Amino acid sequence: MKFSDFICFKAIIPELKAKDRDGAITELVNALVKGGKLKSSQSAEIIKAIVKREKEASTGMGKGVAVPHVKHLAVKEAIAAVGRSSRGINFSSLDKQPVYSVILLISPVDNPDKHLQAMENIFKHLQQEKFRKFLRQSQTAEQIEELLKEVDENPSFY
Amino acid sequence: MWPKLSSESKGAVEAEVEIRNADGLHMRPAMQFVDVATKFTSDITVSNKENSVDGKSIMQMSMLAATCGTKLKIRAQGPDAQQAIDALRELVEVKMFGEPPPRAKNSNK
Repeated sequence: MKFSDFICFKAIIPELKAKDRDGAITELVNALVKGGKLKSSQSAEIIKAIVKREKEASTGMGKGVAVPHVKHLAVKEAIAAVGRSSRGINFSSLDKQPVYSVILLISPVDNPDKHLQAMENIFKHLQQEKFRKFLRQSQTAEQIEELLKEVDENPSFY
Repeated sequence: MWPKLSSESKGAVEAEVEIRNADGLHMRPAMQFVDVATKFTSDITVSNKENSVDGKSIMQMSMLAATCGTKLKIRAQGPDAQQAIDALRELVEVKMFGEPPPRAKNSNK
């Protein structure tokens, strides 16, 4: 799976307003509503589910990135939003450091393999220092979209 | 008593394990794997058909994204390699990360 298969490019937030985890999750879910991927009536419930999952174990896995996620009946395909924060967000990360890049993923309930394929793609890139650096330094939604498409299409990026 | 010192005295131990829980190796099982792996001093690598990753790195383990039914090769190298392999195999195949196996698709079987 590629980023362009599941990232909603209309749900890219180049500068998150939120300073905390729950605020960032709320902004990103709302961006997916605006992007036409979720109904606004579903957003509150989804936000609650993602925060609950996050409280069980932080998806802030260190190196300034977090991947909050949930499986939910609201989606038939995996969808994701991307947010960046220049000042950093407290995500209760494993390394206790702030998070600068967030990829929020919502996966279908009845298709665990789809979820895993999206995760595989996300982590394949997030573990690359070059990708993390470029993502963190992107200042506009267009730059982030370009970066995601570049790593999708260009295997020699790394 | 001398310990057996062959050329592979700190020899690698390998095992193939199968992912048996329905949801596969998603983030929470990957974290459990890393938690167990880091208890051992041996180096631990985990491979699927395409990639070979560090069994102590949550980011790399998440990248494997092994679905239910996938076979992974675990390789441990170091003084406690065998114990590490035993513990990891139990986590994956016996405890199944504390998750359920797939529901039978055909109830009329």
